[in-house]
Amino acid sequence: DEVSSFQEEHERERHRAKRRDGDREKKKRRKGRRRRASRAGEREDELQARHEKREAGRRKRAKNYQESEGRERDEEEQAQIKTGKTAKTKKNIKNEKTRKVEQEEGEAEERNAKGKKKHGSAKKEEKDEDGGKCAAKEKTQEVKKKKHKRDSEEKELRPESLSPEELEKLKEAVDERKKLIQGLRGKPWSMKKKLVTLRESQEFVEKYEGALGKGKGRKLYAYKVMMAKKWMKFQRDFENFKTACIPWEMKIKEIESHFGSSVASYFIFLRWMYGINMILFGLTFGLVMVPEALMGRPYGSIPRKTVPRAEEASAMDFAVLWDFGGYAQYSVLFYGYYNNQRAIGWLKFRMPLSYFLVGVGTVAYSYMVVIRTMARNANESGVGDDNSFNFSWKTFTSWDYLIGNPETADNKFASITTSFKEAILEEQESRKDDNIHLTRFLRVLANFLVLCCLAGSGYLIYFVVRRSQKFALDGLDTHTWWERNEVNMVMSLLGMFCPMLFDVISALENYHPRVALQWQLGRIFALFLGNLYTFIIALMDEINLKREEEKIVKFNITTWEASLYNSTVSENSTGPPITIQPADVPRGPCWETMVGQEFVRLIISDTMTTYITLLIGDFLRAVLVRFLNYCWCWDLEAGFPSYSEFDVSGNVLGLIFNQGMIWMGAFYAPCLPALNVLRLHVSMYLQCWAVMCCNVPQERVFKASGSNNFYMAMLLVILFLSTLPAIYTIVTIPPSFDCGPFSGKKRMFDVIQETLESDFPAWFSKVFSSASNPGLVLPFILLMVLAIYYLQSTSKSYKEANVELKKKLQTCKQKTK
Amino acid sequence: MGNKQTTFTDEQLEAYQDCTFFTRKEVLRLHGRYRELAPHLVPLDFTNNPDIKVPLTLIVTMPELKENPFRDRIVETFSEDGHGNLSFNDFVDMFSALCETSPRELKTIYAFKIYDFNRDNFICKEDLRKTLNKLTKGELTPEEVTLVCDKAVEEADLDGDSKLSFSDFENMISKAPDFLSNFHIRI
Repeated sequence: DEVSSFQEEHERERHRAKRRDGDREKKKRRKGRRRRASRAGEREDELQARHEKREAGRRKRAKNYQESEGRERDEEEQAQIKTGKTAKTKKNIKNEKTRKVEQEEGEAEERNAKGKKKHGSAKKEEKDEDGGKCAAKEKTQEVKKKKHKRDSEEKELRPESLSPEELEKLKEAVDERKKLIQGLRGKPWSMKKKLVTLRESQEFVEKYEGALGKGKGRKLYAYKVMMAKKWMKFQRDFENFKTACIPWEMKIKEIESHFGSSVASYFIFLRWMYGINMILFGLTFGLVMVPEALMGRPYGSIPRKTVPRAEEASAMDFAVLWDFGGYAQYSVLFYGYYNNQRAIGWLKFRMPLSYFLVGVGTVAYSYMVVIRTMARNANESGVGDDNSFNFSWKTFTSWDYLIGNPETADNKFASITTSFKEAILEEQESRKDDNIHLTRFLRVLANFLVLCCLAGSGYLIYFVVRRSQKFALDGLDTHTWWERNEVNMVMSLLGMFCPMLFDVISALENYHPRVALQWQLGRIFALFLGNLYTFIIALMDEINLKREEEKIVKFNITTWEASLYNSTVSENSTGPPITIQPADVPRGPCWETMVGQEFVRLIISDTMTTYITLLIGDFLRAVLVRFLNYCWCWDLEAGFPSYSEFDVSGNVLGLIFNQGMIWMGAFYAPCLPALNVLRLHVSMYLQCWAVMCCNVPQERVFKASGSNNFYMAMLLVILFLSTLPAIYTIVTIPPSFDCGPFSGKKRMFDVIQETLESDFPAWFSKVFSSASNPGLVLPFILLMVLAIYYLQSTSKSYKEANVELKKKLQTCKQKTK
Repeated sequence: MGNKQTTFTDEQLEAYQDCTFFTRKEVLRLHGRYRELAPHLVPLDFTNNPDIKVPLTLIVTMPELKENPFRDRIVETFSEDGHGNLSFNDFVDMFSALCETSPRELKTIYAFKIYDFNRDNFICKEDLRKTLNKLTKGELTPEEVTLVCDKAVEEADLDGDSKLSFSDFENMISKAPDFLSNFHIRI
């Protein structure tokens, strides 16, 4: 027996080496068919059942569970059958040998009749054998493998003689196997089973893919298959590389295990923002700052790139640099430095066009990323505010599996117990609104107070900005540090203290904590928004002032030039022409740089305030509580100050508004994204340290809303609101005549017009100008409005269908009880 | 690429990447974690698929699991013998099913298995009672426990057999807002 099987192995090896040899293939075909015929009867039913089960399992999700049970049973059966099979294969090999001299007439018929079902099922049978025998004896394994190969060699010939439908079916089978491989990760099977299935399916696909490639278009098919494989490998390597690049994974894990998922969600959000800012930084740095620095005219060559003579003395002072004046102002960091030359350097880089497009591109990219993330989140999250599964959810989803710290775990146990007790209490006693009028009155009063607060802060900011304008007119040196930085300090301080005030006021309202949190967030949002817009309005005033100044300066410059001309003419005309130092040329005011500077200063002071609050509010407090506790009358740790908790929502809001300021100012100060990257980097480390060192886990965890999309939606709103002022200024205000890449044009977006006319072929601009014809634009807008209406009505109908189904479910529930 | 690691063949790593949500580096890291649970038991070289199982008592000492009230059930669910002894395959499988990128459906299936203490494919009131006691560390009175169990079954049970089948459970969990973010272990 052993000898004969050994001989067979040899034969098969030779066969494998020379697949396309006609005689041997025919022999194999015969052998394989005989073997199949002898076994087909026994195995067919079982295999069919298995095959069908497998296919059904792939399609129905809910049945996966029972599927897996069934298949485990199958595996056990397989294991039992295997021992029997080993003996049988050896017998069959002998049988085949004796049958070598059989006829070939009946071949074609049998093949066609049994081809579809049987070779598929026999294949699987063999695969089952093969796959299941991981730890089996080598010889038997090899024997089976070679049988596979023989069969596959036979199949290779098959497609030429198979009808197109069978080819199609084969292709379908291959595709299904491929899909199975793709979806293997998500199957609830044990790992061993997954590995087995994987190997089987891969072998099946490999053999048949080659086979399917025969006949017409074989080369193309094989090429496509190879490219697909290469692509998959590339994708996998790229995924590996991407996960290796994700920073701070261990830090976040530590925070998760100590504080749970809600605090960690802030840091994950921070990391995501960091990623976005990196991309924005890449765009502005690579396409705007670097080309101008490398290929543009150097510092000092033209008036706009030079520090004016009057300021030269103080241009390097730290105080001036900290304020982003002096050398910092006349550098690539701000709008005013850029030259309006159409093409710079030997690459003929279109600088003004690039500046404009990068500005638009940053906003477009941000929109795309935020909306894509929202869409992804919307798929995952549930309905959220449904109260119909209160107790079930508390039982099954309240434990946070990320917790790894004993103290946090204790806290979590306590909070879960409290939450259960509260829910039980609510369930047992009916809710009586005793004294609804008092509650309502108190709530109205609270809202009124909040409105007063908001109005007050808005007015304060406006007042302060006006005052700072007055100071600027007097000259900066005559005022103290506070007066110079008043605006930024006031805005930051308001941002710090008003939320606390809102918190106190909300004690009047007596809402459920989740609702109270939502009100709080809404008010803080309104506060920040109000402050920001007041700031912008005050800025607009300054811009208008500067534009007035421009007219005067223009007049002055013409007189200055005239005097210069007169003086040169009056001198000896053969004398050397007087070269004017760029620093001495009278400069026009540059409102864009001023706007950029204001934003940069605002962000710096905001950052400083945040860090100082962190150090004092959290760190110092923790130190005091820890060390003064020994000599204090009451227990500081349990009583009044105690350790602070990490305020997730406040921090997230701060982050969102910071990003809004970046979006607003990035057009006028290309250095802002770079600054923000630095800021976020430092924030991450500082806050991680502060959280681990000074904060305690929260006692009651209330998320602001069910889905992650709450903060994303706020981000989207801020994005929209912050790009509005920038767009307004771009579209309505003419650029300064003396600075920036758009100087000399009537409107900033004229650069697009210019590019279209000069750089593109003539028909292009014709197409564009005809496209911007109102006759085309209006119908297009109408079409979009109709599309929106249609989509909205379909979504409404889906929602209604949902409600109907829910009702039906409820009635069914009632009936069965 | 081209690491000189000898723990796994490239084929094995590719297979693990196909069957789980982990990348190559993460699989190797998992092997390191598995090994440090029982260094004398777990070999460094896995190229020939050694049949090693780490017992339950060692696995639940992992920092990710040791504070979890359901740690025994989790490990038992993913073990082949049902007693919590995990081979490396099971170990990887467990963390893959519970990782962040694992889909909702997969997590639902495993959550059901975990909370089904007596493994009868139904979450009956007894299972619920055990879950609740583990969650609250016995702080609730027996009446409160009974009340919560009754309410939970009442809310989620659709076919009226006073226990939760998989479809009941799935229907209830699919709407839960916290499920995905809470039912996740980072390794």
